[in-house]
This record gives sequence, structure tokens and C-alpha cells, in this order.
Amino acid sequence: MEKRRYERPLIKPIKAMLPGKVGTDAYLSPVLDIDGVPIERLMREYGSPLFVFSEEKLRSNIQSAKRAFSTRYPNVQFAWSYKTNYLDGICQLFHDEGSWAEVVSGFEFDKALQNGVPGSQILFNGPSKSKADLLKAVQKGAFIHIDNLDELYLLSEVADECGERPKVALRVNLDAGLSQQWDRFGFNYENGQAWETLCKMERMGKFDLKGLHCHIGTFILTTKAYAMAAEKMARLALRVSQELNVRLEYIDLGGGFASHNTLKASYLGGPDISPSFDDYAEAITSAIYKVPMKASELPMLVLETGRALVDDAGYLLSTVLSNKRSAAGRRYTVIDAGVNLLFTSFWYDHKISPAQPYSKYFEDVTLFGPLCMNIDMIREYVCLPLLNRGDHLVIHNVGAYNVTQWMQFITLRPNVVLVDRKGSVSLLRNAETLQDVKGKEMPIK
Amino acid sequence: MKVNSDIAISQSGYVFNPQTGESFSLNPTAIEVIRMLQDGKRREEIVEEITSRYEVSQSAFLCDLDDFLDMLHQYDMLTNE
Repeated sequence: MEKRRYERPLIKPIKAMLPGKVGTDAYLSPVLDIDGVPIERLMREYGSPLFVFSEEKLRSNIQSAKRAFSTRYPNVQFAWSYKTNYLDGICQLFHDEGSWAEVVSGFEFDKALQNGVPGSQILFNGPSKSKADLLKAVQKGAFIHIDNLDELYLLSEVADECGERPKVALRVNLDAGLSQQWDRFGFNYENGQAWETLCKMERMGKFDLKGLHCHIGTFILTTKAYAMAAEKMARLALRVSQELNVRLEYIDLGGGFASHNTLKASYLGGPDISPSFDDYAEAITSAIYKVPMKASELPMLVLETGRALVDDAGYLLSTVLSNKRSAAGRRYTVIDAGVNLLFTSFWYDHKISPAQPYSKYFEDVTLFGPLCMNIDMIREYVCLPLLNRGDHLVIHNVGAYNVTQWMQFITLRPNVVLVDRKGSVSLLRNAETLQDVKGKEMPIK
Repeated sequence: MKVNSDIAISQSGYVFNPQTGESFSLNPTAIEVIRMLQDGKRREEIVEEITSRYEVSQSAFLCDLDDFLDMLHQYDMLTNE
């Protein structure tokens, strides 16, 4: 006789409550495949936990973003934010779609060069550029975004020593109407720092001033902030043209577009409140058009969005290791992917789906990772079907920042694969081995 | 180990405990296990029956059964008679 599918026994208290405006838990569709490749096959062949990226989603995201802006503005350039995800396979895919590289360190600069990006298509941001980094950037013809006066004078020295004119843009911070103003990067717009520095740069006579850059924050859910920033940047570009007689080639609005993740303590889910690319594009381009510039003088619009392009293209597949009860009887489930791999679980309630069919019975669960650390909690409250050891889960929207901010802590980092448009699977990064870690250590002499 | 005789259990898995006034719901596996307990079956017999009918190993079911019995204790639904 064929055995029936098993579900562990469940007894659940029935609690009478007043009717509320929030409905019962939505039905969670099990996720059985990624772009047609069965989850079970992926985990059998590449192990667990496993990061999976979808080429289809990556390409459709960047194409949607480009369409939203290029149908509203004549000259748009995306630059892939390396820090969001600098796996070579991911970067190369964005470069193949026409994106330049936006880097924030010498390490990322070298990675971009090795990915075949010409220096003339690298934007060098960040507050930490060594003299050697600056020299390399100058010699490669990259755009150097000046963050502070120390950097400006260091670049001046480099220019003198190598006899070249660096291509530069000024990093500007500004009031975009947000409750928290990001003023760490660059020079302030409202108090005149930015204008004074632009004048200083022109007086120094050593630089080719090419653009203005700002980065108003991260996971910005209101398009009004971008509208305010875009208008201020465009007005500053116009003033540079009129008073310093320099026609700027670009204004760069940085990154910060929200993905469809759900921030912790958010009343509504990310998909309900995150603006679309069209929403951002409409706000930004409409604001630039308020500034009286001739069509032929409109600067190129550069966008460094990372998170919104890659987050929903990444999945983390995981396996249930054990079930237990809290002192109060709450279900605790331990899985093999923890905060060592999922840094973003500190600020997101990641959507989690079962990877196998299940019945109508659910329970409230606290989901822990495998680390012997109390902080290793992936979801404090999540409603899931009755999971057993060995069952699989799919954690969604993990493509941004996790494979750059992950930690080699307690255990080794797993494989990362790409499912391409033909349904083939290829490794983007091999799982670490003990030797990868030990190989860097030196014996005591 | 037996289920308290005054616990009412419907065919669909609705449970009412008149001593505490609490209500519970059971899934189908839980209904089967409770019926076996009501019939006076021992732990080993329950394991034998469930693992012969369902796709589950003995060790996995033992783990789930322990947890389930523990919850029945917590809800004052078992006696040690």
C-alpha cells in the first residue's frame, strides 16, 4: 500500500477575537521552481543553503528602469552599484545591458576594470580613496566624485605629479525634505559649501569639472524627495554654467530607490508602498524640466540604483534543521541560513515561502538561523505551514547587499548560482572550503 | 497516558475542554493520534501505526509525537491513569 504524505500532529488554540480590519493570513503559494528549474533539483545539485539569481528578473528589471527614464528624458545613463552586489556574473550582466560601474573603493575599482569596464565608464564615489586609488582613477580616465577637501587637495597633488587633468564631479548633500538628512557625503548645498567648493575647484584650474552627484539616502519611499533633490541639482548645474562658464556633462542622483522588501515595523508590505520606476522617473524628470535649461543643454542624468534592480532577482534556499518550543510553547524552527548570510534580515521582514506543497494548517513560528548566537533570528513572527526537518524554504528579495555584506562566521559561505534565460544553471561563486579560510592564516614562529 | 474523558472532540477536529473552557483545532494527523490515545493505545503502537501509513521515519515521528504529547499536557488534556 502506498504511504500517505505526512504532516506532523498539530493542536492549535482557538482564540475568539473581535473582528478587525486586517484579514486572515494570505495563502502562501509554495514556490516549487525558480524560472522553471525545480528547487529540489537546485538544492540536490548545489547544496543547502543556496543563493539563486534569476537572469530573467535581472534583465527585465534594468530594462524596465531604463524604459521608465529614457521615455521621459533624452540622455540617461545607469551605473551599476558594485557594493550592492559585486559578484562578477551579476556586474557583467548589468554592463551587458549598458550600465556603467559605480564603485566606492580601490577594490571595487579593480573589480570593474577586470570586468572589462573602461575607465571612462567608471564613477568613483565613496569617502575613502587612497593616493594610489586616485592616481589609478586619473590614469584610467574615470570620473572621480570629490567627497571632502582632504580628497580635493590630495587629488590636486596627484594631478601635479602625473601631469594630467582629473575628470571630477562634486558630491553634494542637500535637504530633500526627508526627516533624516544625509549630510555625511560631500558638500552641503543649502549652506553654500557646495558652491564655494565648485568655485575653489575652478580657481585651482587643475580639474575638468564634469558633473554633480548626490545620494539622498537609502530605501526612499517618497518620490517627492527625489524631485526636490533633482531640482536643486539642476539649478546648481545651471548656476555653474552661468557663473563659472562650465557646461556640466551630467548630474548624478545616486541610488536609494526602494525594492519590494518590507521594512520591519512597516504597517504595509513593501509591494504595496514601494514606488515603481515610473513613479521615480516621473518625479525626477519633471523636477529637472522646471529649471530653465535649453533642451540641448540638459545634462546627462546618471542613476546608481542598485537595490531596486537586484533585490527581487535573488533567492536564498534553505533547509529546516529542527523544531522546538519556547518556554511559553511558541514554535521555534531552526534553518540552515542565518544572519551570517542574510544580513538584511536585521532590517527587513523577508517574505518566506515553503518549497513543497502543504495543507491548510499553519502555525506561528519564530525562525532562527543555525548560528550559536542569540541574535541569529531571520523572522521573529511568521506564519508558516507545519515544517519538518529536511523541508525547504525560499527566502525572497535577497539579491541586494547580502552577497557583499555576508560574513564568514562560524561556518562557510555557500554556493551562488544563476538560472539563465534558457533554464541552465551555472555557478556564480563556489562554496567556500576550510582551506579558503585557513589558507590566509600564518603559523606562529 | 489517556485523554481526559470529559474532553469533547468532533469528527472535524474541533476540541472543547469543559474544565478550562478552552477550544482547540486539530489537523488530521492529530485527530488520529488522539483517537488512538482514547482507545488506550501505547506510545509504541501509535508510532507503529503512523509510520506504517505515512511517509515518515520512526525518529522523525517520535520527535513530533513527543512535542504533541507535551502540548496536550500543557493544555491539561492528558491524565496518567
